[in-house]
Amino acid sequence: MRTANGKRSRWGLRTLGLGYLALLLLAPLVTIFYKTFEHGLGPPLEAITSSDGLHALKLSLLMVAIAVPLNTVFGVGCALLLVRHRRRGNALIDAVINLPFAISPVVIGLSLFLLYGTQGWFGPGLAEAGIKVLFSVPGMVLASIFVSLPFVVRETVPVLQEIGTEQEQAASTLGANAWQTFWRVTLPAIRWGVAYGVVLTTARVLGEFGAVSIVSGQISGETETLPLFVEKQFQNFNQAGAFGASVVLAMLALATLLAMNVLKRKEDA
Amino acid sequence: MRLPWVGAGLGRGTVVLYLSVIVLLPLAALTSQAFEDGFSTFWHQVTTPQAVRSLELTVVASLIVVAINAVFGTIIAWLLVRDEFPGKSIVNAVIDLPFALPTIVASLTLITLYGNDSPFNIHLAATQAAVVVALLFVTLPFVVRAVQPLLIEMDREMEEAAASLGASGFTVFRRIIFPNLLPGLAAGVALAFARALGEYGSVLLFAGGLPNTTVSSVFIRQQIESGNNVGAAAVSVVLLAASLLMLAAIGLIQRWGSRHERSGGAGLTVMPMSGEDFTAERDDDEDR
Repeated sequence: MRTANGKRSRWGLRTLGLGYLALLLLAPLVTIFYKTFEHGLGPPLEAITSSDGLHALKLSLLMVAIAVPLNTVFGVGCALLLVRHRRRGNALIDAVINLPFAISPVVIGLSLFLLYGTQGWFGPGLAEAGIKVLFSVPGMVLASIFVSLPFVVRETVPVLQEIGTEQEQAASTLGANAWQTFWRVTLPAIRWGVAYGVVLTTARVLGEFGAVSIVSGQISGETETLPLFVEKQFQNFNQAGAFGASVVLAMLALATLLAMNVLKRKEDA
Repeated sequence: MRLPWVGAGLGRGTVVLYLSVIVLLPLAALTSQAFEDGFSTFWHQVTTPQAVRSLELTVVASLIVVAINAVFGTIIAWLLVRDEFPGKSIVNAVIDLPFALPTIVASLTLITLYGNDSPFNIHLAATQAAVVVALLFVTLPFVVRAVQPLLIEMDREMEEAAASLGASGFTVFRRIIFPNLLPGLAAGVALAFARALGEYGSVLLFAGGLPNTTVSSVFIRQQIESGNNVGAAAVSVVLLAASLLMLAAIGLIQRWGSRHERSGGAGLTVMPMSGEDFTAERDDDEDR
């Protein structure tokens, strides 16, 4: 009686759980690929290789090229500070780092918009110096850095706590200076955790829509990243273009998932 | 690695500067704009019928989404830990898809699947149900990823003991499993709720900005576009306050969870918040 009941409820749970995932995750994923290649390779390829499409792709990669290294260096340094140099102010730093996780992208975009706008605190001064932040690349970079700020810190802190300080102390006893200890002992020990954070940062920068859309002004061929290009194409009733760019982003997302899995395994090993 | 004293001081200065320029100054500018014309203007802006309507929709939709997540997230985590079925490792990997897939792409596919040309004949586009479905998609991983490690760590002997004493499956779940999962479930729900409150991209194309489908983030965007910066900033400050509240709640939940004898925060793989108490006043910079 009990086993029959258990079996039935097990199948019930399976149907419920996997059915939910199929409708919510699998169906959308299949749709992107099906819709993109419905009429062959031509239309999506044409859309991505159009001058606006290519420009959007390049701009997205530029965002990654600037925001990811900055947040990586900051993230590792900040994690070292939080874990290895305890001070009273650390709790506050830790709290501020979590903010971008919880704040709406639109609120982030608006904050930058107001700070660097014509009536903002920094806007007039920078305009006088000939630096344009809003509706151009610098503003979009600032938005990308903001939204992806916590990932490297959050992934590095637990790894640093786990490895402890014994090896580092041994290295410095043997005469290694702080730099040498960092490059030869600490970094090799935390590398998979940092790499995991870098993957999450990259995915977030590539996919960011809300914050960047507000500060960029969404000018085609100028301040449009791939996600902004997707929206513009959709609004212009160009399904092929929207899906062509979407499929590129979806493939990058799948690559992200793959990298996450590989790195998790390396980290656990 | 321990930096020399000067290095640590310089490092701390750089970290504070970076956080100030990137995060704090923009948020300060936002708050100052919201209260620029005084508190009464702020209050007037957040209590206009449209603003209230958008906030209500956002909160109610987020609550519905979080409730559904709590149930399905736990079921999915259970399947991933306790069940065996072909393709399990792929299912496990795909759970994080909503974190990796850009929200605007999610919105595009949802409107294709459940919009006017729906292959399943399910028409949700531009309805409040669309808001809920979009939020369900983006928040799916939170509860699963928060509950999963607790299930892995859980001692099965307790369940077996209860079952051998005659407890039914449901009683074992209610009295033994559920209380053990509660810290993870609460943390996952809080993270999902925070995310749902501010979500923009996935809702945008699918639910749109009709009067009855405008969530707060879309409302803020509309206010910016119509040049009402003070109104946009005012509603943003409300969302910001909600975010701070949720972060504080998550912090409390994690401290409570780590007191329940589990590695603090280790469970939240994709969005781990430190369960660590950084307030410790140990000043080990000095003893070098």
